[in-house]
Amino acid sequence: MGNIVLKQVVKRFGEAEVIPPLDLEINDGEFVVFVGPSGCGKSTLLRLIAGLEDVTEGTIEIDGKEVTYAPPAQRGLAMVFQSYALYPHMSVRKNIAFPLKMAGVAQEEIDKKVEHAASILNLANYIDKRPGNLSGGQRQRVAIGRAIVREPSAFLFDEPLSNLDASLRVNMRQEITDLHRELDTTMVYVTHDQVEAMTMADKIVVLHAGVIEQVGSPLELYREPRNRFVAGFIGSPKMNFIEGPAAEKHKAHSIGVRPEHFEVVKKGGDFKGVVLSAEHLGSDTFLRVKMDDGQEILARGSGDVVVNYGDTVALKVEGKIYKFDDQGLAI
Amino acid sequence: MARSTTTKQKIGWTIIVWTIALAIFFPVIWTFLTSFKTEGEAIANPPVFFNFDWNLDNYKIILAGEANYPKSLMNSIIIALGSTLLGLVFAVPAAWSMAFQPGRWTKDILMAMLGTKMMPAVGVLMPIYLFLVWIDLLDSRIALVVILMMMNLPIIIWMLYTYFKEIPKDILEASRMDGASLRGEILYVLVPMAIPGIASTMLLNIILAWNEAFWTIILTTTSAKPLSAFMVEFSTKQGLFYAQLSAASVMAIAPILIMGWFSQKQLVSGLTFGAVK
Repeated sequence: MGNIVLKQVVKRFGEAEVIPPLDLEINDGEFVVFVGPSGCGKSTLLRLIAGLEDVTEGTIEIDGKEVTYAPPAQRGLAMVFQSYALYPHMSVRKNIAFPLKMAGVAQEEIDKKVEHAASILNLANYIDKRPGNLSGGQRQRVAIGRAIVREPSAFLFDEPLSNLDASLRVNMRQEITDLHRELDTTMVYVTHDQVEAMTMADKIVVLHAGVIEQVGSPLELYREPRNRFVAGFIGSPKMNFIEGPAAEKHKAHSIGVRPEHFEVVKKGGDFKGVVLSAEHLGSDTFLRVKMDDGQEILARGSGDVVVNYGDTVALKVEGKIYKFDDQGLAI
Repeated sequence: MARSTTTKQKIGWTIIVWTIALAIFFPVIWTFLTSFKTEGEAIANPPVFFNFDWNLDNYKIILAGEANYPKSLMNSIIIALGSTLLGLVFAVPAAWSMAFQPGRWTKDILMAMLGTKMMPAVGVLMPIYLFLVWIDLLDSRIALVVILMMMNLPIIIWMLYTYFKEIPKDILEASRMDGASLRGEILYVLVPMAIPGIASTMLLNIILAWNEAFWTIILTTTSAKPLSAFMVEFSTKQGLFYAQLSAASVMAIAPILIMGWFSQKQLVSGLTFGAVK
């Protein structure tokens, strides 16, 4: 079980309201990602669920039990920190065994569980080393090991991959996704990286200034963003926003077109402009185009598009045009 | 920009530093030399440095005398160690709360604690003395352990606070997530990580308590008398015997000097705590 319900949760630090009244439901077994720019309150929200911060108002329920004021240990959750937060004076074995020792589990049982976790996470060779002698990826595995031995009702991850280098990050992303499938336990994952959010999540919660902008599956958010913020945040490269006459033609304050929804054409097209830069990646070509009215567009063409700086190109929209009103809400 | 130091500058600095070091250490050397002189040589004018008749008579007199060196040594050890350990029992939780759960007044409390060290001890002498008379603990080791602990507590808390501040909060939070109680968090995670800091704090406090002379001299007579009070006896009983007093001083400072020598590394890191981040 790992059902988490937040009702009208508010968090204030002194006068500053970091999280205005917020409702959220996380279902058992779901992989939920909180995503948003830094300072949007996603980590605070996670820490409220963990019990590391006190809720100012509202209630938190885990598995139907109110835990708003329960200490972290009594919530049945496990957390993996950005800094790994391993105990530097303990070996890997002792690090992983620590939560079991605190719970008063018998030594035999501890040994068995630690061995099991170490084998799942490929840590058997390092089991007697201290964290200081491990690489970043290995440390992260130890941190995950320490979390899984508790058999928590949900895992909380606070930007666990941001200290790793790019290639390792991709591997660990896959490992965490596999782990989720294997354990079938609720996972709540915080990141500022929308690619991580898109690739890992069953459900994404987009946060902005403490407010939930939208909740949905990755493709829902990609296809049906509720507002300009979500539209711009989800998807890489970012969606183009065009204002002025081109938007008015669609009876909107602004329109949005994703870079991958443009096609470079010889004649006609919806937009015309001069190429500011062309990045030929082989598989794709990214064009930065300056339109006649001065607005810039980023378009992704196929790999065989050959244009250069200064060329004039025409772009045709081969996909959805998103329309937004003057408040930034999707029409 | 790298600084270049010429050989001349190096020699110059070396001479200056050695001169200062010798000037500071001179009283200790002089005391050491005097402890091997006769009383006459000790006050000779002009003073004699090395060409005197070295002998151990002063040490023999002291060890044979009624001053009871072994007992004072034992008292010093118990009082210095006891007050330091007792201090840690109070200081570790205090420093934990100030470092990791600071409130609105934490900074002020820290300053106020340090402020008490600026006040003259004699200001609280009367009430403490009378209180000890009242509870019949004058000239007892337990009273000195408690009083020296209280006198040094601000320093212990300050030092531990500074060390604790450098321990990542994440790790303590992880232990809380892992089910550690407050006691478990402090005992299994915080203290083991802060061992170097706790060791230098302990060392410094043992030295402070060992050298403490105001309270130890006033509050003891015979049974709880530590080495600081032991030394004083040689300057008051039958006038001033410089050679004997020197021998007593050497015997009083020797243990702490040896301990300090062997723990230089920890002491330096303790004394410069917080200086380098």
